[in-house]
Amino acid sequence: MSEETTQLEEVPEVVDLWVSGTEEPAAWETGSTDEGAQKMAWTESEARLREQLGTVVEDDFDLSGLADDERMIVNMGPQHPSTHGVLRLQIELEGEIIRRTKPVIGYLHTGMEKTAETLTFLQGPTNVTRMDYLAPLNNELCYSLAVERLLGIEVPERAATIRVLMTELNRVSSHLVALATNGMDIGALSMMIYGIREREMILDFFEKTSGLRMNHNYIRPGGVAADLPPGWRADVTRILETLPRRLDQYDDLLENNPIWVERTKGVGVITAEECRAYAITGPTLRSTGVAWDLRKAFPYSGIEQYEFDVPVGTRGDVYDRYRIRVEEINQSLGIVRQAMERMPKGDYRVDDRKVTPPPRGRIDESMEALIHHFKLFTEGFKVPAGETYVAVESPRGELGCYLVSEGDGKPWRMHTRAPSFYNLQSLPIMMADSLLADTIATIASLDPVMGDVDR
Amino acid sequence: MSETTTETPDETVEESAPAPVLPDHPVLRGLAEAFAGAEWSVSHGQDVVTVEADRLLEFATAARDAGFETISDITVVDWFRKRRVRFELVVNLLSMQHVVRLRILVPIHGDDPTVPSLCSVWPGANYAEREAFDMFGVVFDGHPDLTRILMPDDWEGYPLRKDQAVGSVPVQFKDSHKVD
Amino acid sequence: MAQVTSPPGFLMTTIDKAARWAQTQSMWPATFGLACCAIEMMATGAAHNDLSRFGMEVFRASPRQADLMIVAGRVSQKMAPVLRQVYDQMPDPKWVISMGACASSGGMFNNYALVQGVDQVVPVDIYVPGCPPGPQSLMHGILTLQRKIVAGEIHARY
Repeated sequence: MSEETTQLEEVPEVVDLWVSGTEEPAAWETGSTDEGAQKMAWTESEARLREQLGTVVEDDFDLSGLADDERMIVNMGPQHPSTHGVLRLQIELEGEIIRRTKPVIGYLHTGMEKTAETLTFLQGPTNVTRMDYLAPLNNELCYSLAVERLLGIEVPERAATIRVLMTELNRVSSHLVALATNGMDIGALSMMIYGIREREMILDFFEKTSGLRMNHNYIRPGGVAADLPPGWRADVTRILETLPRRLDQYDDLLENNPIWVERTKGVGVITAEECRAYAITGPTLRSTGVAWDLRKAFPYSGIEQYEFDVPVGTRGDVYDRYRIRVEEINQSLGIVRQAMERMPKGDYRVDDRKVTPPPRGRIDESMEALIHHFKLFTEGFKVPAGETYVAVESPRGELGCYLVSEGDGKPWRMHTRAPSFYNLQSLPIMMADSLLADTIATIASLDPVMGDVDR
Repeated sequence: MSETTTETPDETVEESAPAPVLPDHPVLRGLAEAFAGAEWSVSHGQDVVTVEADRLLEFATAARDAGFETISDITVVDWFRKRRVRFELVVNLLSMQHVVRLRILVPIHGDDPTVPSLCSVWPGANYAEREAFDMFGVVFDGHPDLTRILMPDDWEGYPLRKDQAVGSVPVQFKDSHKVD
Repeated sequence: MAQVTSPPGFLMTTIDKAARWAQTQSMWPATFGLACCAIEMMATGAAHNDLSRFGMEVFRASPRQADLMIVAGRVSQKMAPVLRQVYDQMPDPKWVISMGACASSGGMFNNYALVQGVDQVVPVDIYVPGCPPGPQSLMHGILTLQRKIVAGEIHARY
């Protein structure tokens, strides 16, 4: 205890050295320079913690063993071209080597969990689709599965197959953006142009199906919003034929590019144990050699009937994550092909008039259908009381939805387990004792979506 | 486990009627037998256990040693005016080696919302607990850095509590510019 | 250069017009991507839609080199001071496009976390509707801004 107090007293002197003449010493908030939980030995009394409700906690910033003027703190973001949105990092440097990192988030906090409590269950997908805006359909699927489990309904087979088709295409488009931005951040600028070009092809299909390029609100509780458009087979076939050839082009751009390989191999390494301890999922976990995929472990939407592999890496570095994304695109295209071939005939939404609106033709004929339609879109359907947790494999990892209903037309609580939010905890681990120049490659390989982090 | 079919509720009804519910899965059953005093139930095919706050750390350590190496999610539900114990901590655990999930519910009193932090058991609980503190004002004892994470540092109040309004701004159009 | 306070006269108006035209033809936007709209902004700049046809594909990372701020996405209460600082760092003359429903009015998120319209923080010249606006919408917004500048409808703020 006495040691800690002496350390704390030293802090202002050293901090003064970092401050140039123009800035106030208070601007360097020592309380905001800690690196997260992993090495913090802060064991203060409980009373102390309660005292600090909602305020900045004083830091255990250990400056005793340092030559003071060799460390400096660099602030990166929130407005930075390579942080994939509004991520802010506080990086403690010793020369060119990163010693500690702290991500500061919340710059895109939208209050969606509060808004979800004011929307009916049918309006819910409109809200959640804006969380992870690179994989909106996965968000909708997760929410819809949660509502359906509380309702105890099972969607028709065609609806489930459409969901698989659309979410896997969404995974492809999301990974394309990940590759594009990853390339752009490290300096392979052409990759940006190519990645976005291929994504446009998929977005065109999404626009044809759902009416929107992003934020579709297409997958809804009880099925999907509309059937696949006429000529969808030709569109999907075109995507399936074009993309593998384009992936070969990417190999020429990246894989055969010695600069790319040099800048990614052995950079941003993380181990499987760290991933498990820090709840890190998705390509980052798989790059360490753990073949963990929720589509295999806890299958949903009948995805256990499809044949696909889970690509894994060995070293857990940026290069492995890039290879895994490329390979996952291939596997997803295989699933899309299987879904297209097996697409069963039938209804694209559940035949339950309390959950899905009646067909347009019935409204003109039947009074009851009109009443159902009106009630459904004004006050929504009621969901029996209960709570459930549903998780799907989004392009970034485990995307979960914890839904609590009190028997009303609106959820009592909707919480999203955002994969990017948890994955960000790996940044301080991956960046510790690495070069400053590798920061961008590491962030890009994590592929965080700030809308998903802050919600 | 994955989908709620018609068989699962029937099975649970048959089980729950005669004796206190014990989970089916061998890992969970071993955990339940080793740790007496926890209340087990099944919700929509998912195993749920209710633990008191003062025994949470003990149970969490036992669960980790039983194979739950990963924490999936931590959140809080505010049962304002619905239940006598206002808050409820929800911890979703995941065991990758046994492929099984478990949900821990911890009731938290509204006048002293304090629970032990799980950061010492699973370091990945760090951000989630900060978020729960930020949004609900639940204090996690022993957390290394319990500060606001999503809201600005000088924000007052806990926005996701039920007695906090949504904070919407009334929309009015009459003062807008007229287009001639 | 293009002072609106300059006395009206033949020479000055012609230079004024020339300067306004020059400003529109190399208008460099600052990358102020926030949320979903930022992805559409990227798509606008990429090969498929090719913003460089209008002389403004050079998205500048530094606000000191930018004339136009495209506020692409929802602005939270935490982000608003940063946004204002970036705007203040841009050299004059400068313009602001509010892209998407969230930036323009808060969109569907009328709650505690979001600023209900970025025009509470910075002056906005063009509002682009949509959630998110497609690349064509954004390009239409940018072209409208250029037309208004050339026509002298928007005066530079000093």
